[in-house]
Amino acid sequence: MSFINYSSREINCKIVYYGPGLCGKTTNLQYIYNKTNPEAKGKMISLATETERTLFFDFLPLSLGEIRGFRTRFHLYTVPGQVFYDASRKLILKGVDGIVFVADSQEDRLEANLESLENLRDNLKEQSYDLDRLPYVIQYNKRDLPSAMPLEELQRLINPTRNVSDFEAEARGGKGVFDTLKAIARLILIDLKRGTR
Amino acid sequence: MLNAQFVMQEADHKEIIAVIERLIREANAKSIFLVDKSGQLVAECGEVKNIDTAGLASLTAGNFAASGGLAKLLGEKEFPVHFHQGERDSLHMSLVAERTILLVVFDERSSLGLVKLRVKRANDELAAILENIRKRDVAGEADSPFADITDEDIDNLFND
Repeated sequence: MSFINYSSREINCKIVYYGPGLCGKTTNLQYIYNKTNPEAKGKMISLATETERTLFFDFLPLSLGEIRGFRTRFHLYTVPGQVFYDASRKLILKGVDGIVFVADSQEDRLEANLESLENLRDNLKEQSYDLDRLPYVIQYNKRDLPSAMPLEELQRLINPTRNVSDFEAEARGGKGVFDTLKAIARLILIDLKRGTR
Repeated sequence: MLNAQFVMQEADHKEIIAVIERLIREANAKSIFLVDKSGQLVAECGEVKNIDTAGLASLTAGNFAASGGLAKLLGEKEFPVHFHQGERDSLHMSLVAERTILLVVFDERSSLGLVKLRVKRANDELAAILENIRKRDVAGEADSPFADITDEDIDNLFND
């Protein structure tokens, strides 16, 4: 749920990065954090296990500029991707304004991608959201790996209608990371302008 | 999901600040934060200078969300009040109007009993303000900066 604060002249929105375990959600945020100017970012918080697997969420507050005198601030969250953390994923989705689904391009992770996407739909539905009506983009990460599936096949399975904007990425090196972020931020602002959800 | 915006006008903010500034005095607290359940900071007062308030808001919401999940597992609706005791500072967190969390940070200059007593009245006042905001948002009567924002404005934000 976007928060518009006339007192501080800020528009605040929440973006959640979703996807199966080890697909690159945290890597996306870490890259964004490392490449963003200090004035445009807050501290990144990662609630993780000792083995650096996301336990509850990662959080990164970003400012993306001003629009008609209002600062646009986006709060980026990741969910824990491992299957058994479903209860936590539901909680992080609360108040979401836009979703980035990060798919792992590796062939042996296809099933995990599809399960995670279905899980996303189910968890959104529980909170009366409809993925097809939310600002939503897809990122196909790990395009550089030799085991990466052909893009067309991934798109056919994960973005069958081709109505969702999708991006190739290699999050470790940063390729596609900011394109994905800008796309979802733009979709959220357009959606808020239209006043429909 | 209907009603996807929370719009706080300057007048709302002033009313909220008046309530929490009085609370901080009456409770002898160090700092007070009002946080939206989805992790946005709504208002703050007191000794906030060296605190990462965005992180605090996010973690507070996460804390409440997690304990809300626990509550449901146990058959409770939720746990509306939390207390965390530290060596120096303590936190009292309470749910206000089902959509925001009031976080009071206090030290040895105050006490849990005093904070609980003062929070109760502040909670009722804040709930009334937030309910007015909610009704206005639901009725679509809230002003929106997007009334003046064009598609070109949005595109310009993302042009390198």
